[in-house]
Amino acid sequence: MSATEVALAIAVFLASAVEMVEALTIVLATGATRGWRSAIEGSAAGVALLAVLVGVVGVPLVHYVPIGTLRVVIGGLLLVLGLSWLRKAILRASGHQALHDENRIYADTVAKLGDPAGPGPGGARRDALGFVVSFKAVLLEGMEVVLIVLSLGTSAHLLGLAATAAVAAVIVVGTAGVIVARQLSSIPENVMKMAVGVMLTSFGVFWVAEGTGLRWPGSDLAVPVLVAGFAGITVIAVTLMRALVRPTAPRVASALADREGLAR
Amino acid sequence: MRDIIKRAVVAFGRFWWDFLVGDTPELFVGTLAIVGSALLLRHDRVAGLSVVVVLAVVFLLGSTYRGRAVTRSVADDDVREG
Repeated sequence: MSATEVALAIAVFLASAVEMVEALTIVLATGATRGWRSAIEGSAAGVALLAVLVGVVGVPLVHYVPIGTLRVVIGGLLLVLGLSWLRKAILRASGHQALHDENRIYADTVAKLGDPAGPGPGGARRDALGFVVSFKAVLLEGMEVVLIVLSLGTSAHLLGLAATAAVAAVIVVGTAGVIVARQLSSIPENVMKMAVGVMLTSFGVFWVAEGTGLRWPGSDLAVPVLVAGFAGITVIAVTLMRALVRPTAPRVASALADREGLAR
Repeated sequence: MRDIIKRAVVAFGRFWWDFLVGDTPELFVGTLAIVGSALLLRHDRVAGLSVVVVLAVVFLLGSTYRGRAVTRSVADDDVREG
């Protein structure tokens, strides 16, 4: 495998794992309150729709859009997504934003769905609300994964590798989720998000330049160099931002968490 | 039927607006600036690659600093509201 292929597989795997953790929290809460049958069926339907999207959108993109144009557009999308993830991860790591709290999201979802008149966790019959909540969680969280798979996969003509890495992440996180049940908060989500942000930004910069005709020294070897560079910038940014944290930070985190609610 | 199509189009547009712009419009503008610079400087390899990387770093740090400022204003609102 080349350096680009390895970096691409890691980026897609980590991005998928981060989004999968977020979706799985809601699916687990739904299963525990509305019954596992509907939660699993809703999740499976969401994953199936996402897979169809990758096939329907990705394959024509690879075959019919000129590679230069594709790389500029895709590189731009990766930059928007990567810079945004990186910014959020830096703000969270430096204490300016509340960390993503899976325990809190789990508790909130259970409180919202835990209708005493509902089917309950052992309910064998289908529950429309449980199905819809799980389906929506998987679909919404999975959309970013689809964009990342399509972006990285089509620009490098490695759609199969990108899709395989995403499926591997779904299997690994899904299995871990079943084993650890409600301990998803122990997964270092912000570190993973930061790593993905660094990689997406690096790929974005790489493909935008390549797409416009600028050739990187060392060709594909420029990718790991860019990753190392942006990782260094991120560490410096976190250090500098930590120095700017005010004593009110815990209240800020609390206020932001209240505003974010279940949306993130 | 027309209502369903209209809602789907609105939802599709909202998804892309949130994805591309959202609460960090400066990153969208930054990305446009990076792509524009790469296109303008595509005949000058060293300048083109340097500007692309530097712009990405500048917009990342600027947006992160702005995020801190936004956080501060949230805190100030919080304090004002008691």
